[in-house]
Amino acid sequence: MSPQAQTVTLFAGIVGALTLASAVGFVLARRAANGPNPAVENLNARVKAWWVMVLVIGAAFSLGKGGVVVLFAFASFAALREFITLTPTRRGDHWALAASFFVVLPIQYALIWAAWYGLYSIFIPVYAFLLLPIVAAIRGDTTRFLDRVAEVQWGLMVSVFCVSHVPALMTLDIPGYEGRHLLLIAFLVLVVQSSDVLQYVWGKLFGRHKIAPNLSPSKTVEGFLGGVASATLLGGALWWLTPFSPWQAALMALMINLMGFLGGLVMSAIKRDRGVKDWGRMIEGHGGMLDRLDSVVFAAPVFFHLTRFFFTA
Amino acid sequence: MIRALAAQIFARAVTVFARLLTGVRPDWRGCLPESRQRVYFANHASHGDFVLIWTVLPPALRRITRPVAGADYWAKGAMRRFIGERVFRAVLIDRVAVEHTRDPLAVMGESLAAGDSLIIFPEGTRNTTEAPLLSFRSGLYHLARAWPGVEFVPVWIDNISRVMPKGELLPIPLLCSVTFGTPLVLRTDEGKDEFLERARDALLALAPGKRRDA
Repeated sequence: MSPQAQTVTLFAGIVGALTLASAVGFVLARRAANGPNPAVENLNARVKAWWVMVLVIGAAFSLGKGGVVVLFAFASFAALREFITLTPTRRGDHWALAASFFVVLPIQYALIWAAWYGLYSIFIPVYAFLLLPIVAAIRGDTTRFLDRVAEVQWGLMVSVFCVSHVPALMTLDIPGYEGRHLLLIAFLVLVVQSSDVLQYVWGKLFGRHKIAPNLSPSKTVEGFLGGVASATLLGGALWWLTPFSPWQAALMALMINLMGFLGGLVMSAIKRDRGVKDWGRMIEGHGGMLDRLDSVVFAAPVFFHLTRFFFTA
Repeated sequence: MIRALAAQIFARAVTVFARLLTGVRPDWRGCLPESRQRVYFANHASHGDFVLIWTVLPPALRRITRPVAGADYWAKGAMRRFIGERVFRAVLIDRVAVEHTRDPLAVMGESLAAGDSLIIFPEGTRNTTEAPLLSFRSGLYHLARAWPGVEFVPVWIDNISRVMPKGELLPIPLLCSVTFGTPLVLRTDEGKDEFLERARDALLALAPGKRRDA
């Protein structure tokens, strides 16, 4: 199959799955005898939001590299905005925050666009790490200084650095895989998100034992095992999108799913500490951008480096 | 004609920018966005305050709602005058009593008599303290007494002070929200302090996390 035919097949499959989900949601809503059921309404809101997200991602893909870089730059912007909103910063952080949004974020994505691996992989961990505390120190406010600079740095790492490793997949030079990099992004996003969805479905259907009651009351052992196993099988079945063999694709999917699950736990711990259930309200039924991206954040850099180490020239 | 068009384009640009920056969402908790005559009274921490209220009002309400602002700031310079008078159709009042050329209550009354709704900040000045809300000036009470048919709606604006703290030039993107509470009406036997206290409590009750330590 040509890359175009693969892309069309892939999107046809996604549209089919979403149509099925919408149909199930419609039937459940009709069968809810005693008035509207909140769980079913949330399910339908989520499915509706998925349609929008698939349309947006599809539009970005059709624009090629530029579209994908801009899409993830905006996702980073929304994620960082949510993260900083819930971070107790002070007036003395104003310049450092302005620099994070208006200097560090655009530069990181420009470096991705320019495919400058040597700089985009250290720009935030080294240069932003050194620059931002300097800017904060110049303002002279020492109250909770280390807390504040550490939290801003963490926000940048999670929302910008890690998220940018999704479009960075386009910069990898994989022999025999020329012109098909968007499909590698599709593989990562599809596996991560289907893992989230499948864990949710398995949990709703069979969930009994809470897996991390202190962090996330909705995550169960049954949801975790069923979701990760089925999303790993799905990843293996999607090997034809990737430069991997079927078993390599399944192993990659397993790693993506485990990192995604653990990332979800970490982000839940932060939300718990801040006393909120969701990061924001941007995506109906899902919460904020970070609620949708939390597992991508932890899976993307590891997937990027494994692919780079084992599969590039 | 050209000025009116420029004002419209500018107004549109301001709301788009405010949404991009703050993702602001209205929470109509205590009333609905209906075209009744109202005085929205809000907490004041930043110049962006009334822009946020203005942005989340449906266009039909936006057209009949005018912010009340200090003439000392908004009458200065051609650009500010254009923004204040043409874009936001602000009702400009003299804030400093000794310089009163016209009684602020009379100026606001004229606008209410013309059928407009108003946005006012009863703290009188921007709050830059750690306290969530300063004490109210008495204007709110006098308006309520003079205009018994008008609804007084408390409006809590959250987080805008972090977007653009006093003295900073560059706004940073943070999520903001605007919460509309239940309208108040002055009770027949209610005194000034009593009403102002009730209005202040109603506004504080809308603050997230119910920060009532003031």
